[in-house]
Amino acid sequence: MEALYLLIPLSVLLVFVALWIFFRASDDGQFDDLVGPALRILQDDDRPPPEHK
Amino acid sequence: MDGYLMPHTKSLNDAVTGSGSGDSTSATTDNATATTNATGPAPCYHCGQPLPAVIDHATWTVQIDGVAHTMCCPGCAAVAQTIVDLGQESYYRDRTAYAASAEGAQQLPPELQLYDNADPRFALDEDSCESTFTVEGIRCAACVWLIEQRLARLPGVDSAQLNVATERLYVRWQKQRCQPGDILGALHTIGYAAYPYDIDRHADQQRRASRTLGRQLFVAGLSMMQVMMYVAPSYLAAGDGTLDPDMASLLRWASLLLTLPAILYSALPFWRGAWAGLRTRTLGMDVPVALGIAAAFGASVIATFTGQGEVWFDSVTMFIFLLLCSRYLELRARRKAGAALERLQHALPAAASLLENYPTSQAATIVRAAALAVDNIIVIKAGEAVAADSVIIQGRTSLDLSLLSGESAPVPKQVGDTIPGGAINAGSMVIARVTRKAQDSTLSDLIKLINRAGGEKPRIALWADRVAAYFVAGLLVFALSAFCFWFWLDGSALRAWPIAIAVLVVSCPCALSLATPTALAAATDQLLRQGVLVSGPQTLETLHRTTHIVLDKTGTLTWGRPVLQGIQELGAMRSDFCLQVAATLEAGSAHPLARAIINAAEEAGRENWTTATLTETAGCGLEGTLHNRRYRLGSAQFVAGIAGLPPAREHSDGITPVYLGAEGQWLACFHLHDGLRPDAQETVDYFRKAGKTVVLVSGDDDVLARRVGDQLGIDTTVGGYLPADKLNFVQQLQRRGCVVAMIGDGINDAAVLGAADVSFAMGSGAALAQAHADAVLLNGRLGAVADSARTAQRTMQIIRQNLGWAMVYNMTAIPAAALGLLNPWLSGVGMAASSAVVVLNALRLRRKP
Repeated sequence: MEALYLLIPLSVLLVFVALWIFFRASDDGQFDDLVGPALRILQDDDRPPPEHK
Repeated sequence: MDGYLMPHTKSLNDAVTGSGSGDSTSATTDNATATTNATGPAPCYHCGQPLPAVIDHATWTVQIDGVAHTMCCPGCAAVAQTIVDLGQESYYRDRTAYAASAEGAQQLPPELQLYDNADPRFALDEDSCESTFTVEGIRCAACVWLIEQRLARLPGVDSAQLNVATERLYVRWQKQRCQPGDILGALHTIGYAAYPYDIDRHADQQRRASRTLGRQLFVAGLSMMQVMMYVAPSYLAAGDGTLDPDMASLLRWASLLLTLPAILYSALPFWRGAWAGLRTRTLGMDVPVALGIAAAFGASVIATFTGQGEVWFDSVTMFIFLLLCSRYLELRARRKAGAALERLQHALPAAASLLENYPTSQAATIVRAAALAVDNIIVIKAGEAVAADSVIIQGRTSLDLSLLSGESAPVPKQVGDTIPGGAINAGSMVIARVTRKAQDSTLSDLIKLINRAGGEKPRIALWADRVAAYFVAGLLVFALSAFCFWFWLDGSALRAWPIAIAVLVVSCPCALSLATPTALAAATDQLLRQGVLVSGPQTLETLHRTTHIVLDKTGTLTWGRPVLQGIQELGAMRSDFCLQVAATLEAGSAHPLARAIINAAEEAGRENWTTATLTETAGCGLEGTLHNRRYRLGSAQFVAGIAGLPPAREHSDGITPVYLGAEGQWLACFHLHDGLRPDAQETVDYFRKAGKTVVLVSGDDDVLARRVGDQLGIDTTVGGYLPADKLNFVQQLQRRGCVVAMIGDGINDAAVLGAADVSFAMGSGAALAQAHADAVLLNGRLGAVADSARTAQRTMQIIRQNLGWAMVYNMTAIPAAALGLLNPWLSGVGMAASSAVVVLNALRLRRKP
C-alpha cells in the first residue's frame, strides 16, 4: 500500500517524460507522413539494368 | 480522379475514328491491375488510356520485363522507356494504379529551367541547397519508390524524400553538381509534374495548424487516460469509505498535475476562441465551452487544495479531448479544400523572354515573369502569353484578348499600342517594353478570384453565426438562472455548481457554427475535384433555390470553336493519313480551323513530319511539299488549282469544309463544325427533370438558336439577343420573382452573369466573365453544372439535417442538465458526440454522390 505513495508520483513523472518524447518526435517530423514509410519498406531494391543496354 | 486521368476530352478522337463515346476512358480507371485486359484491346500499359485507332505499334512499344507493351502516345512510351533504362521496371510490378497521363512529357518546358541555385529560396549552406517541391500525379506506393529512386541516381542529389500524404517532395542537393531545373526535369522524364513549393503560401500555415492541433489532441488524450486511472479508485470506493483520506488526496493531486497539460496546452484553441470572441463582443461557441472548462477546473483545484468537495478532472480532460477530435476532423476537411485550390494557381504562365542588350543584340534569355522590371524589353513570340503589361516597340501583330476582355476576335496591335499581361500573341513576334510589373498586371486576376473563393462567408453561414451568438447568450443566462435556482433551493453551491457546469458543457451550438461551414467547405472541395471552382459565397445556397436556368448558346452549349466532325475520303489515301498530312501542313498556323485539325491529329497520335516548303495564300489555304509530294489544303477553289475538277459537294448547313489535295488528285474533305458539347443534352435533361425552366438565350439569329433549342428539347428559345437584351430578359424574370441561374462565357455575357442570381462561366471562356460569375467550370464540362446542382441540393439537405439534430439535442439535453439529471462528464460526452455527429454528417458531402 505504501508503495503507491512512490508509484503514483512516479507515474505522473512518466507521463511527462512521455509527453516530452512525443514532442521531440513530432518536431522531428515523425508524424508528418503516416502513409509513406509503410509503403517504402515493402519495395525491393531495383534490379540492375539489363546487360545489353 | 477521373478528371485527372482524362485531362482532355476524347470526343475529337471519337469523331475521327467514329467509334465509342466520350466516356470510354473511364472504364479503365478502376482497372488498376495494369496487366493485360481480358476484353477488347489492352489500354496503354503506362497510363491506362485506351489506345488510339491510329497507332504506330513499332515506335510506341516498350520491352518491360521481357514483354512488349504498347503505349498510347510517344509521351507514355518515352516515360516507360526511361523507367526501363534506369532498371526500375519493378515499378510496373508493384504499382496498384495507372500512372498519370504523360502528355507533354516529351519536352521539358523551358520555364522549369528558370529555377537555379542562385534563387535564395533554395539556399541551405555553402555547398548544398534544399527545397520542397509539390509533385502532382502520385497514385500509389510504386510512385513514391520510383520518384525517390530516380532522384537518388541524379548526380549531386544528397537526399530525396516524398511525403505521400501532402504530395510534397523534399530534396537536398549539392550546388556544384545539380540545379533545381535538373531535378524538375528528371521528374518530368518519368511523368510527374513538379514545381517548387512556395513557403509563403497559406497552405503551409494550415499544415502547421493541423500539426499543432494533432499534438494538442495527443496531449489531451494522454492526460485523459491517465486521469481516468487516478479517478477510478475514488469512484470504486465511493460511499463505503474504504479509501484512505491521504491516498484520496494524493490521487487528486496527481490528477491535478496531469490535467494541467490539457488545460494549458490542449485547451488553448478554446481559450483563444473565447477571448477573441469577447474582444470583438460576439459570443461564439467557444465562450460556454471555455466557461465550462474554467468553472469545472477551478472548482476542482479549490477542492483539491481544501480537501473538500468534488473534483471533475476526468470530466475536464475528457471534454477537451472529445471536443478536439471534432475540431480535428473539421480542420482536415478544410485543409483538403485548400490544397486543391493551391494547385490551381499554377495554371498561370510564369516565364518571359528578356532581351537584355536590346537593340544591340536580339539574344533572348528566359526569365521568371515575376523578375521582370519596368522598362525591361521582352520579346513575345507567336502563341506566347504576354508576361506583363507592356508597350509594343517593334513589330505588329494581333492579340487574342479573350482571356482578359472577352473579345474573341484577335485585336490588331502595332508600335506604340499597349498590350495587357495575359493576352496571347496570335500573330507574329513583337518586341515590347514592360510598363508594369507582372504581379500588378491583369494576369493576377485569376489568383484574386481564387483568393476570393475562400474569403467571404455565405449568407447561411452568417445567419448561423448570428443565431449561434443569440443561442450562446441565452445559454449563459439560462446557466446562471439554473445555478441561482439550485443555490436557492439547497442553500449551498454543492449541487448548483455541477449543474451550472453541466448546462454550459452539454449545449452544442456546433451544428450552427462548426458544421455549416464544414458542410460548405466539403461541398466546395467536392465540386473543385469535379472541376467547378466556386468563387461566390452564395452559389450553393442560391443554386438550390433556382427556378430558371438560362443558357448561352455559342461556347456554352456548343464548343464555340470549330471541331473536326469527320473526314470524307475523296481519293485513295486513308483518312488518318490525310489527317496527318493536313496537320503537318497546318503546324505553324494559329487559325481556329488549323487548330481544330491539329488537335484532332494530336488526339490520334501525331506524326513527326516536316514540310520542305510551305507557302500560305491568305484567305485560301496552304501549299507545302511533304515526302516529295506537293499538297494543298484549304478552300475547294484553291485546292482545285492543282488537283483538278472539284468533286460534288454535299454537306449540311453550319459545316465548314476544308479540302486536301495533291497534284492531280483529290484526297479528303475535313468537316469542321461548331458542335454541341457531348453533355449538353444530359445537362438540359437533368434540369428539366428537376422541374426547372430551361431557357436558351443566344446572340445568333433566331433560326439557328431555335434549331439547337429544339434539338435539345429546351422549353424556351430566344435568338438575336444583344447583350443588353439578355440583361433585360434576366432582370424581367427576376422581377417576376424567379431565381435565375445563368451559364455563359465571353464578354457579352459578363453583365448578365453579374445580374443573374447565380452564374457559371465556362473555364475556357473569358476571364471577365469568370470574374462576374459565382462559379467557373474549369474543365469546360457543361455537365458540371448539373453536378453542382446535385451537390447544392445535398449540401442544403445536410445543413438542414444538422440544424434539426441540433434542435432536438439541445431541447432535450439542456433542460435535462438543468434539472440535475446529467452530471458534468455525461454532459461532456453528450456534447462531443453531438458535435461529432454534425461534423461527420457534413463530411459525407466529400464522398462522391
